Amino acid sequence: MAKVLVVTSGKGGVGKTTSTAALGAALAQLGQNVVVIDFDVGLRNLDLVMGAERRVVFDLINVVQGVAKLPQALIRDKRLENLWLLPASQTRDKDALTEEGVRRVISDLRTKFDWILCDSPAGIERGATLAMRYADEAIIVTNPEVSSVRDSDRIIGMLDSKTVRAERGERVEKHLLVTRYDAGRAARGEMLSIDDILEILATPLLGIVPESQDVLRASNVGCPVTLNNAGSAPARAYIDAVRRLMGESIEMTVPVERKGLMDRLLRRRAA
Amino acid sequence: MMNVMRLFGGRAASAPVARERLQILLAHERGQGGGGGSDLLELLRGEILAVVSKHVEIDPDKVVVRMDRGKFVSMLEVDIEVPNGVQRSKMVAAT
Repeated sequence: MAKVLVVTSGKGGVGKTTSTAALGAALAQLGQNVVVIDFDVGLRNLDLVMGAERRVVFDLINVVQGVAKLPQALIRDKRLENLWLLPASQTRDKDALTEEGVRRVISDLRTKFDWILCDSPAGIERGATLAMRYADEAIIVTNPEVSSVRDSDRIIGMLDSKTVRAERGERVEKHLLVTRYDAGRAARGEMLSIDDILEILATPLLGIVPESQDVLRASNVGCPVTLNNAGSAPARAYIDAVRRLMGESIEMTVPVERKGLMDRLLRRRAA
Repeated sequence: MMNVMRLFGGRAASAPVARERLQILLAHERGQGGGGGSDLLELLRGEILAVVSKHVEIDPDKVVVRMDRGKFVSMLEVDIEVPNGVQRSKMVAAT
């Protein structure tokens, strides 16, 4: 049965789009049929992070308005044949996205895919509420930083009240994904620790993605980090997270960089 | 210098790739006046489909439009399945 997952955070710049691309690719790498949807109308970027920006013809709003059929707007990933992208529109008219339109698109996608990942825009406006509206589960992306944790708390409140599931008295299962984590700084007390964040947000932890230059490198070349460098620390964190989503129980660790001799000698000058 | 870095285990720098991708993308997006969606390829696609559907009823499900935006040229591929013989059906022509 298809699962609709919203990747959300409230705060911008914490890694929603990067995480959507990485989680979507990781699920597809494990053989699942996956579609990732960009809900950031007017400021789409999931296409760019996934390296599909040159191939966008139609978008979510075209499908909602009936200008294009769903199969025409879906872009198949060039590396993984079971990974698809539904891009956002670059139009400035945010009202073009309607609740009924989104409902139709998602119920259509439910018949075709195992996983539907909705990449939410930042904020708590229309785009963000529509991205979470039909979700079965939510991934809340949080940085170990006060403003991010506060905004995550706000979003958790919205997931419990503004989703269709919540209105029906059902639960949206929530997962916390901590990104840009620096274990050293947390140990030195310079950064909120995982325990601090979990205590404040009281939401089960899905994974800890360490701060890593592999993430920037992956977005530079337009390839999800789990595909670009599957052995890297962030990729392993995303792959573990996805295995947990699929029901496996995997010990929670903070993956560390496996540094080669040359890397250490050169202190990784090339970014 | 790049080659020396590569030789010693450093990976090729990814920033030049990022720069190139952005240049291509932004060249196309700026042409649209902030994303109004009125660029030439969009216009061509719409008019091609309109002309074809004036003469044959085309099934919008059987129209595949692919795009590949390049630095110097872009490729617009419109694949239209035209049914043999005249078909009177309730299909709506795509425009």
